[in-house]
Amino acid sequence: MPDTPTFWSTIAAAAPEAWLVAAMCAVLMIEVFAGGTKRPRLTGTMTLLALAFGAWLTLEYGSVSVRIEAFHGLYVADPLALVLKLGGLLFTAVSLLYSRPYLDRRGIGGGEYYVLALTALLGIHVLASAGNLLSLYIGVELLGLSLYAMVAFDRESGVAAEAAMKYFVLGSIASGMLLYGISLVYGLTGTLALGELAQHLAAEPGLGLIVGAGFIVAAIAFKFGAVPFHMWVPDVYHGAPTPVTLFVSTAPKFAYFALIYRLLAQGLDGLSPTWTQMIAAVAVLSLFVGNVYAIAQTNLKRMLAYSAIANVGFILLGFTTGTVAGYRAALYYMIVYVLMALGSFGVILLASRRGFEADELEDYKGLHARDPLLALSMMMLMFSTAGVPPFVGFWAKLAIFDALWQVGSVWLVVIAALAAIVGAFYYIRIVKLMYFDDAPAQPRGEAGVALRFVLALNAFAALALGLVPAALIDVCIRALG
Amino acid sequence: MQFGILSALVWLPIAGGVAVLALGDRRIVAGRWVALLVALATLALSLPLLAGFDRGTAEFQFVEHLPWLPAFNSWYHLGVDGISLPLIVLSAFMTVPVVIAGWSVISVRPAQYYAAFLIMEGLMIGVFAAIDGLLFYFFWEAMLIPMFLIIGVWGGPRRVYATIKFFLYTFLGSVLMLVALIYLYVQGGDYSLRALQDLPLTLGEQRWIFLAFLAAFAVKVPMVPVHTWLPDAHVEAPTGGSVILAAILLKMGGYGFLRFSLPIAPDASRELDWLMILLSLVAIVYISLIALVQTDMKKLVAYSSVAHMGFVTLGSFIAWDIAQSTGAYSGAAMGLDGAMVQMVSHGLISGALFLCVGVMYDRVHSREIAAYGGVINTMPKFAGFMVLFAFANAGVPGTSGFVGEFLVIIASYKANFWYALLTATMLITGAAYTLWLIKRVLYGPVANEQVAKMPDLNVRELLVLGMLAVSVLLLGIWPAPLLDIMHSSIHHLVEQMTTSKLPL
Repeated sequence: MPDTPTFWSTIAAAAPEAWLVAAMCAVLMIEVFAGGTKRPRLTGTMTLLALAFGAWLTLEYGSVSVRIEAFHGLYVADPLALVLKLGGLLFTAVSLLYSRPYLDRRGIGGGEYYVLALTALLGIHVLASAGNLLSLYIGVELLGLSLYAMVAFDRESGVAAEAAMKYFVLGSIASGMLLYGISLVYGLTGTLALGELAQHLAAEPGLGLIVGAGFIVAAIAFKFGAVPFHMWVPDVYHGAPTPVTLFVSTAPKFAYFALIYRLLAQGLDGLSPTWTQMIAAVAVLSLFVGNVYAIAQTNLKRMLAYSAIANVGFILLGFTTGTVAGYRAALYYMIVYVLMALGSFGVILLASRRGFEADELEDYKGLHARDPLLALSMMMLMFSTAGVPPFVGFWAKLAIFDALWQVGSVWLVVIAALAAIVGAFYYIRIVKLMYFDDAPAQPRGEAGVALRFVLALNAFAALALGLVPAALIDVCIRALG
Repeated sequence: MQFGILSALVWLPIAGGVAVLALGDRRIVAGRWVALLVALATLALSLPLLAGFDRGTAEFQFVEHLPWLPAFNSWYHLGVDGISLPLIVLSAFMTVPVVIAGWSVISVRPAQYYAAFLIMEGLMIGVFAAIDGLLFYFFWEAMLIPMFLIIGVWGGPRRVYATIKFFLYTFLGSVLMLVALIYLYVQGGDYSLRALQDLPLTLGEQRWIFLAFLAAFAVKVPMVPVHTWLPDAHVEAPTGGSVILAAILLKMGGYGFLRFSLPIAPDASRELDWLMILLSLVAIVYISLIALVQTDMKKLVAYSSVAHMGFVTLGSFIAWDIAQSTGAYSGAAMGLDGAMVQMVSHGLISGALFLCVGVMYDRVHSREIAAYGGVINTMPKFAGFMVLFAFANAGVPGTSGFVGEFLVIIASYKANFWYALLTATMLITGAAYTLWLIKRVLYGPVANEQVAKMPDLNVRELLVLGMLAVSVLLLGIWPAPLLDIMHSSIHHLVEQMTTSKLPL
């Protein structure tokens, strides 16, 4: 092996990112120059093809068994990055599939939407492969700015504009906190490289580092939407057009997982006794606030927003352990949760039609009679999210419980168990509405056969991964070996 | 080891359920026959299990051991012993009358109805056959889903309230059990049942684990004071739902005590047996009195179930008191024998009584005792069956109800005279509420026009009640084969629960 990597071998590792940039530019140009009514179709299809090719590139150049650094350590390729990028690609692709008919029907399916999705995905990739505090920050901003724009994408909608504004303002504060935390860490350790931070951390961390870690945890909590930095979540989920809600709630989670893992578990590992406690407080608050507030909601998107807060609490619980087993459990929980959120918002999209958003709980009364497939899928997803076997959500909760017991966190186990029980109520209430209540006369959604097939597949995945749990758990074990 | 007969018993009904669901409501005639054939085939499949079962050993038999989740050292591990075999056969047996009983009665979403029951049958057999802790929990929890739907969709007027109460109560207990199971796994590194049972634990650990399991099993049994979901669930459930609930679901709690609580936490069980005995006696004495004042037939049978299940928990936890008063563990097996027989027998009898109530409900659409009277005049055949099942419920000798109750009463007499006295009040109160029910519903002059118009049993109902009547009598007159099947396993269990896990 040569001592210094050649220029091309350095570039090759970042091939997926390069490809995404190219695809972004191409889609933007198509949007500008290829006129006619077929434009949305064309850009959408191009984007999906680009994602498929991107997945191939990621598999081809990102499949590494050991950690590889490039660009002087700014960029790393490791098994975790591979899993996160593939997850980002897959979930972006499926969200776009779900979203297309909705966007086209409402005349907002322009190419810009796909460009923004690709930019966000690029941000996810950058975060997944960040090896340096600066590249990490660039990833966060790239992703964040794309998401703000996406939330505001329906320019006719005042609610969406308001949601975007809240998201933007609060998000900027969070970015500021992240940057401030990073600057403190940099000032006290003298390095920006995540790999070197560990060596520079003093055995006895001073107050400065602890404050820095506090800012970083706050920023992470904001990005994940964890209590007490969760205020934007319900408004954004509710106000944004449903396809955007779908996107915001799924693919970016992969990036934020990279953010918390690379910053805290890798970079500030030496400070773990400090930040695990902060994370524990945030997680417990999220579990309770999320689950209790979700009960009171009458809007399904808002309810799922609070459910997201509660589920983030579970993901963060994995990080309170400070062990690899805990990170693995968190990764597994995150992937599983995203799969279920994707399906749940997918149901909302499929149940909607022009002039009928299908986002109130009332709209789901008697859904089983109108649309058995949709109701069945939603039921499977809800039971899965509640953590009832044979669905995969059960294994996710099990993994978290297991990781907590391994380090003997009795109280966190008990709290998580109670939260799971409270949470079960509002999930089964959806099943109750769909199956036990009578149907008011309402039209079905306008979704086509192909899309319904995707949804059925999504719900079936929750069942199949529950019956054969080893498959996905092995992926997580390989990612965090 | 390859897939075997137990896997077939678990997955055949589930596959059948999916098939019925796929056929849909429009092809329900075919769907019904598929459901019946699958239920019969499952019952037929359970016969080789009975025939090939080796009574001389307490080891698990028909074992299937396949990798399932290596990361958590959990296996797809099935097997039966003398404790689970009778319950598996009971599950397979009771699904047949449920399918037949719904034949022409269920008109709302029939395909989903049969599918739910078949899937549930597979899951129930899975619960009894699983000998891996995690697999057990997997089936145990999964069962909530079909039951939730059965009560919620086909139940009575307050079905939604009842089903959500049912779900949350049982979910609460189960999650605590899961937490305990994971704790045991973290300590021992293995989910296999034998490893869990052999795991050494301190008294403090055992106490918490016992309480966590108690939360799950007490809700299912159900024991006082967490029994309140049962009358609601029963009353609002459709007939088939009530039958499965009473016949099988409640047995899971009793089975859990025998399978998990006693062997895993023997010292805590010994220490807390006073609590269990107390709660059992409260169930037997107090709940029987509550049953006496019910005006709703289904509620009456439901409370009677709670009281009868008190015998099961009493029989399971009486061993140490027997040892204390007689100085030997020889009598302990009798209590456990009684508990097991009582579970099987109560499964048959309560199922039959709910079916009887269902037969009347289908004709008059009321569960109120006051809506009936003199039914024997218009339905003599039916009245014959109902009287038989009522006698069995009251524990009249010659029926299966007698055997279990008698064994438990004798065992409790060995422990303490007062236990026996209180337990024996059941013979009086039990007879009182069942016979009074019979008197008000069946005898006397025809109460109203609706009763006068009630047609007697049709062939379908005759078949259902007939097969249950035969089993109740058979088990009552000749319980030896059942006791014989259980013998080795009960013996093994007594050894496990009397061997302290604490360092001397």
